Amino acid sequence: MPTTFLLNEKTTTLDAEPDMPLLWAIREKARLTGTKFGCGIAMCGACTVHLDGQPIRSCVTPLASVAGRKITTIEGLQSAAGKAVQAAWIELQVPQCGFCQSGQIMSAAALLENNPAPSDAEINSAMSGNICRCATYSRIRAAIHQASQSAKGDA
Amino acid sequence: MSAGTLRATRRTFLKGTGSAVLAALTIGFQWGGSTRRAAARSLSPNPATEPLFAPNAFLRIGADDSVTVIAKHLEMGQGAYTGIATIVAEELDADWTTVRVQSAPADVKLYANSVLGNLQGTGGSSAMANSWMQLREAGATARAMLLTAAAKQWQVPVHELTVDNGIVYDAAKKRRATFGSLVKAAAALPVPNTVELKDPKNYKLIGHRVARVDVPAKCDGTAQFTLDVDMPGMLVALLKRPPFFGATVKSFDATAAAAVTGVVKVVQVPRGVAVIAKGFWAAKRGRDALTIEWDDSQAEKRSSADLMSEYRHLADQPALSARREGDAATAIRAASRTLSASFEFPYLAHAPMESLDAVVKLTPTSCEIWAGDQFQTVDQANAAHAAGLEAQQVSIHTLYAGGSFGRRANPGSDYIVEAVSIAKAYGADGTPIKLQWTREDDVQGGLYRPMYFHKLEAGLDAKGALTAWRHVVVGQSIIAGTPFAAALVKGGIDGTSVEGAANIAYSIPNIDVELSTTQVGIPVLWWRVVGSSHTTFAVESFLDEVAHAAGKDPFTYRRELLEHHHRMRGVLELAAEKAGWADGPLPQSRGRGIAVAEAFKTFVAQVAEVTVDPSGGFRVDRVVCAVDCGTPINPDVITAQMEGGIGFGLGAALYGAITLKDGRVEQDNFNSYRVLRMNEMPKVEVHIVPSTEAPTGVGEPGVAPLGPAVANALFAATGKRDYVLPLIKGSA
Repeated sequence: MPTTFLLNEKTTTLDAEPDMPLLWAIREKARLTGTKFGCGIAMCGACTVHLDGQPIRSCVTPLASVAGRKITTIEGLQSAAGKAVQAAWIELQVPQCGFCQSGQIMSAAALLENNPAPSDAEINSAMSGNICRCATYSRIRAAIHQASQSAKGDA
Repeated sequence: MSAGTLRATRRTFLKGTGSAVLAALTIGFQWGGSTRRAAARSLSPNPATEPLFAPNAFLRIGADDSVTVIAKHLEMGQGAYTGIATIVAEELDADWTTVRVQSAPADVKLYANSVLGNLQGTGGSSAMANSWMQLREAGATARAMLLTAAAKQWQVPVHELTVDNGIVYDAAKKRRATFGSLVKAAAALPVPNTVELKDPKNYKLIGHRVARVDVPAKCDGTAQFTLDVDMPGMLVALLKRPPFFGATVKSFDATAAAAVTGVVKVVQVPRGVAVIAKGFWAAKRGRDALTIEWDDSQAEKRSSADLMSEYRHLADQPALSARREGDAATAIRAASRTLSASFEFPYLAHAPMESLDAVVKLTPTSCEIWAGDQFQTVDQANAAHAAGLEAQQVSIHTLYAGGSFGRRANPGSDYIVEAVSIAKAYGADGTPIKLQWTREDDVQGGLYRPMYFHKLEAGLDAKGALTAWRHVVVGQSIIAGTPFAAALVKGGIDGTSVEGAANIAYSIPNIDVELSTTQVGIPVLWWRVVGSSHTTFAVESFLDEVAHAAGKDPFTYRRELLEHHHRMRGVLELAAEKAGWADGPLPQSRGRGIAVAEAFKTFVAQVAEVTVDPSGGFRVDRVVCAVDCGTPINPDVITAQMEGGIGFGLGAALYGAITLKDGRVEQDNFNSYRVLRMNEMPKVEVHIVPSTEAPTGVGEPGVAPLGPAVANALFAATGKRDYVLPLIKGSA
C-alpha cells in the first residue's frame, strides 16, 4: 500500500505495508541508509529522524502514520542547528564506531532547534534515549555546547 | 634526515616485529587453513589513478598524488584506520590531506597480525603494536624509492633531496616534484633492502592531534556498515535460533512464515531455521510466524544462580596452579592478620550498536563476504568449511563495524558461518543474502564474557605489610575447545582466565594463583579487556580492603608494593596527582577510589569520585585516568579510547548482567540488558604518560581499572564494600 509523505523536502511515495516501521521503509524502499537499526523497540535512538521537526524513533513508527507529514533524515539535515551540530561533531572528533551517530546528531539537532542554549540537565534529558556503546557521551555533550555557541555566534 | 634506525626491510615485512607482545596470544599460533597456499590476491587498481606505485602490501601512490594506505585491521571505533595511516604517512612525509584508507583483503601471507600469530585479525589491542615497525618501514621504503626516482631524474645525489608534505625538493629548493609525478619512475626501481627510519624528534603526525580519517563520513550518514550493504537482488535473512544453548531443531512448520508477503524461502540450517525475504520486515514477520519444535535433550538447562553456587563450592576444592611463588598457604597460617573475600561476576553480552550482520554471495566455486570482519583468516577457513570450498575461494570485504568489543572475532565465526550456511541452503546460486541479527538475537545469542567466582586470601605481618596472597578463579575457559587451545591453554591453564590475576605486579613474597575451569554449555568469548574485565576488579578491590585493614592509604600502599615497577607506579602516581589524592578524603557522602592495571602491555590507573545519596543510590561524578601506552601515536584517539573504555566499563559495573533461568536467558534488549546512558557519564580527564617505548594498544585497557576504582570510591564514601557485580542489583 503506497504512503505519501515529505521525505527530506521531497514528496515521496513508498509502497510498503502500512505497519512496516518507517525505519525499514526509509532504509530499504527509499534507500537512505544513514538511519540505523539498533534495537527495534525505541530503546536506543539509533533510528532517530525528525517528524515535523521533532525527534522520533523510526523503528516503532508505522509507515502509514507519517502520511502527509514531513520526515527529515540525516541525509536531509539542512537546518542551521543541524549543520552546527555536524561541524561540532567533526571539530571535537565525537564518533568512534559511528553507528549511533546519525541518531545522536538528529536528537542533538532537534534539541538545539527547540532550545538553542541547553543546560547539562537539558542535554541529559534530550539525549539519554540515545545509546552509544563506545560511550562518546562526554564529547557529545561538549559538541552540543559548542554547536550552541557557534549557532549563537552566527545569529 | 637525521640519525635514524637502519632496518632490514624484506625480512621484517615477513616476520613482523614482535616487539610488543601480548602475553596470552603471542604463541606462534598457526591456523589450520593457512598452510594451504593462499591465492595471491591483488587489490584492484583504481583506473583513475593509474599508474600506481605499490612498493609493498600497505601502500599505493597514484599519479594523482593520492596516497592509499591498506589497513589490515578492522575499524570498529578504536581508531585503527587513523593510526595505521598516521604511521605510514609520517615515514613517507606524505601530505595528510591526500591520504585515504582502504581495507585489506583476507590474505594471511600479506596481512598477518604478528601479535596474534600467523593469523589476520584484530584483537588484544594489538593493531598499533604489530603495525608499528611494519608500517614505518612501508612508508620509509616508499619515500626512499621516490627520492631515488627524483635523484635520477635530476641527476643529483639522493642525500641532497628533501621531502615535505608529499613533495620532493632539490638542495636549492629550485626543483620540486610531487609524489604523483614520480610514481612511474619509482615503480621501476628495485625495492631497497635497508631503509632509514625517522628520528622520532622529527615526527609531524605521530604524537600530534591528527583528525580521524573516518569521522566526516560518520557525521553525515555516508559511512558504510554491513547493515548498509545493498546490491541488486539481495535478500535479507533472519534466523530463528533455539531457546536453549545446545538445543537443535526437531521439526518445524513453515506454512505461516512462507505465506507472509515478501518471504521467498524458509530453510533449515545447523543453527536453526532461516526465513529469507525481500527485506528485513518481511523476514522478521516471517520468522515470528515460524512454528518450531526443538530437541532440547542435550541443552544446557541450568540457572546462573545454580551455577554460581557450584562455583562457590569449587573455589574450596583443589585447583590448578597458575602462579606459585613462595608458599602462600603457610605464610597465611603464620600471618599476624588474615583477610579473605570472594567476588561474583555475571555473564556479559558485548551488545555492539550494530548487531551482527554479514552479506554472503555464494556460488558453487566462490564465496564472497561483506562484514565488519574482525578475524579474516579464521572466518575464511570457517566459511570455506561451511560452504564446502577451499579457503582461497573465500574473499572478504571488510567494512566499518558498528562496534564489536570482541564479539566479531570468534573462533567459530558464528555469524559468518550462519550466513554462509543460509546462502548454501538457499541454493548457492550467487544471490546476495544479508543475515541480520536483531537486538534480541544479540543479547540472547551467547558468546558471553564468562561468569566467574573469585576467592582471595591475604596475610599481613604485624606492621601491616602484605606477606601472602592467594587467589582462586573459578569459571569457564574462553579458549578450551577452540582451535586456539593448543597454543593458549598450557597445563590446563587458559591464560585468558587468569590474566590480570596471575601476573599481578605487586611485590608480595608468597603468591599463589589457582584456576578451576568449569564445564558449562553456555558459549563464551573474550569481551573488551578479556580476563582483566573481572580479575582487575577482584585484585584491586581486595588490595584496597587489605590497605584499609593495614590502616594505610590505598594509594600509598599500592605505590610501595609497586616500587620496582616504574610504569605501573608511574600511571598510579600520575592519576593520584591529577585527581588531587593528596588533598585528603572528600567530604561526607562522597568518596574517592583508585585502581591500576596492566592489560596488553598498556598501563592504566584511574581515580573515581562518587556521591552517594541517603536512599542508597549513587553517581560517579568524575574519573581521572592516566595511561602509559608507549609512544603515543594519536593523543586524541588515546583520550577517546580511555573515555569510551570508562563509559563502557561503568555501564557493565553498574548494570551489566546476563542471567539464565532454567537455561533461558532472562534479558533480551536494552530495556533488560541495561547499558550506560548520557546522564550517567562522569566527567573524564585523561593524562598520557610521555614515552618513547614501542606503542601498545588503547582499545581495551581503559576498561580494566574502572569497576574497582568505582567500588573503592563507594567503600570510601559508605564504609561498605560490594563483592557481587553488577553494583546496582536488579537494575534491568
